[in-house]
Amino acid sequence: MSFYLAIKEVWRNKGRFLLIASVVALITTLVLFIAALAEGLASANREYIEKLNGELLVFQEGTQLSTTASRIGRGSIAELRRVKGIEAVGQVGFSTLKLVPPDGGEDINVSFIGVEPGMPGEPTVYDGQQLMRASSNNVIVDEGVVARLGVKVGDAIRLKVTQGTQEEFYDLTVGGLTDRRQYFFQPAVFAPILTWDKIRPGGDAGDPSADLVSNIAVVKLADPAQLETMKTAIEQNVKDVEVADRQRAWEAIPGYAAQQSTLTTQQFFTFFIGVLVVGGFFQIQTLQKVAQIGMLKAIGLSNWTVGWTAIIQIVTVNAIGVAIGAVGTLALTANFPVTVPILLTGTAALTTVLALLAIGPLGGIVSVFVLLRIEPLRALGMAQ
Amino acid sequence: MIALEAINVTKIYGTGANAITAVDDVSLSIKRGEFVGLVGPSGSGKTTMLAMLAGLLKPSRGQIVIAGKDIGRMSEGKRTKFRGRYIGFAFQANNLVPFLTAQENVDLLLRLNGKFNRQGRQRTLDLLERLGLSDRLQNRPGQLSGGQQQRIAIARALIHEPEVVLADEPTASLDTERAHQVVQTFAELIHEQNRAGVMVTHDLRMCKYVDRVIQMMDGKISRVITDAREISRLAGAADELDGGYVARTNGKPALAGDPMVAVQGI
Ligand SMILES: Nc1ncnc2c1ncn2[C@@H]1O[C@H](COP(=O)(O)OP(=O)(O)O)[C@@H](O)[C@H]1O
Ligand SMILES: [Mg+2]
Repeated sequence: MSFYLAIKEVWRNKGRFLLIASVVALITTLVLFIAALAEGLASANREYIEKLNGELLVFQEGTQLSTTASRIGRGSIAELRRVKGIEAVGQVGFSTLKLVPPDGGEDINVSFIGVEPGMPGEPTVYDGQQLMRASSNNVIVDEGVVARLGVKVGDAIRLKVTQGTQEEFYDLTVGGLTDRRQYFFQPAVFAPILTWDKIRPGGDAGDPSADLVSNIAVVKLADPAQLETMKTAIEQNVKDVEVADRQRAWEAIPGYAAQQSTLTTQQFFTFFIGVLVVGGFFQIQTLQKVAQIGMLKAIGLSNWTVGWTAIIQIVTVNAIGVAIGAVGTLALTANFPVTVPILLTGTAALTTVLALLAIGPLGGIVSVFVLLRIEPLRALGMAQ
Repeated sequence: MIALEAINVTKIYGTGANAITAVDDVSLSIKRGEFVGLVGPSGSGKTTMLAMLAGLLKPSRGQIVIAGKDIGRMSEGKRTKFRGRYIGFAFQANNLVPFLTAQENVDLLLRLNGKFNRQGRQRTLDLLERLGLSDRLQNRPGQLSGGQQQRIAIARALIHEPEVVLADEPTASLDTERAHQVVQTFAELIHEQNRAGVMVTHDLRMCKYVDRVIQMMDGKISRVITDAREISRLAGAADELDGGYVARTNGKPALAGDPMVAVQGI
């Protein structure tokens, strides 16, 4: 009976219910977009660190895990290599410079990352070759670069560096391609550390006598389960360093935490608006139906029937709205170019959709309680 | 065979100094196949009485017995179920479910009672045909006139073969001609189907179709008319007064729409 009445009413008032379903759909779209944006921005920020083939990152002490402020020299690397339980250590240096597209388009900002060939920090290629020598002109580029430039293994790429007021150009060869490894919202180019040191702005320009200073060191442990113990061991045995696992390192990226919490707050408020909208709609509808509900109870429909009817409607309309919104958003985000930081992962989409399905009807539940309290005596125009 | 019985029924609203005795120790019984008109001035207790007969309101004292069961003693849930099974209703307004068609509105009571089978559906069609609504089966109430809606309400009140059929001012929103048509058919069906019917009305002209007029005054039964000639004389007198509107009776102001007061003064 409840099902019969619920479906009949929704079907015969398609326009009205579709209107509220489309509002739910829009809210769903918005919530999913915020989730996708949060995920997209987060990964654009942390992708490289997240995918590192080493468990710990070593920073200069007192730099608050800032990759730009931190400096790690060869001395520290040597000390690190002596710590028991460490399998490998790689120096990693970060800088930002421009990639000049061959077709004369606008320059592209890239993270130019120096790594030691064969050491932690170097990404694994899916096409071409790993880096060979510490000072070759072969580089690895990530998917972001591939998507923007369409480069293949063996192609030449041109980097532009501004040294002081001077613009310098360097031609390098793409030796390998790796998956998305953005860092700091920029696609990444990986060069052998000596090449990196030569090219980067403010570098030593190849002065062989200078100490090879990178920003951080990436450490691969013999036993990854010993994370905490090894952190302490490193900090005790190596001078002036601070150690973080990958998650702490990316959370320390400037603005990362603030950005994520802003987006989470937005998402929460959008949820909240959704609950209010659904609740408000059904509440108004219920108030308009007081006389009709009184009549139904008078002619013998139980509170159960009346209550279930409303719950079925609320859940159905909410679910239809969420479904429309989710399908629409998935279709939209699937066609976004890689340059837009929107990333809708399956888990994020599923959690959001489930949350909307569960939370959406909550607002409507208030109206169910109102329905239950309507007296059948209303049918006679009376109330006690 | 007695279908409906009220035994020393009293209803008091409020408590203490604010207590109002709306129905005061009323007893009545109605047989199957009998159609009763409940009349009386505003505030005389008609609606309160009907609400108690319907199982919508618990009497403060006394018993309401329908089909041999004291409905005053039932729990809320049981009474609701009982109403769906044993009572048919036609109200003054908001009678029908707006999103269901004429046919579905009537069928609703069959569904409620597990009688929505081929036989039941055929009865709905027959009854609606009888009420002249065969070409309106798929229309929703919003697309129908007040008279048509009230006839659907009557069909719904009867379709599940209830023990008792109750109507509260069923003609209030109809013009005179339609009112006569509706009540006449209602009376015919009650007689044919052997139900016990009670109709509360302001319009004494509608008493023409009832078998017994029960007049209430200050919560008590003040007069009962069973003689057919006397009933039609009452209805006729009301007819001449267009339902019985008179501003004053016995020097006291009568409330607008209180025909009983008016006719009594004649
Ligand atoms: N819910 C209520 N609370 C208090 N008094 C009421 C209530 N309903 C009706 N009454 C009073 O009970 C008396 C009878 O009312 P009612 O049954 O509506 O009479 P009628 O239908 O004949 O006009 C009136 O005095 C009315 O004011
Ligand atoms: Mg009344």
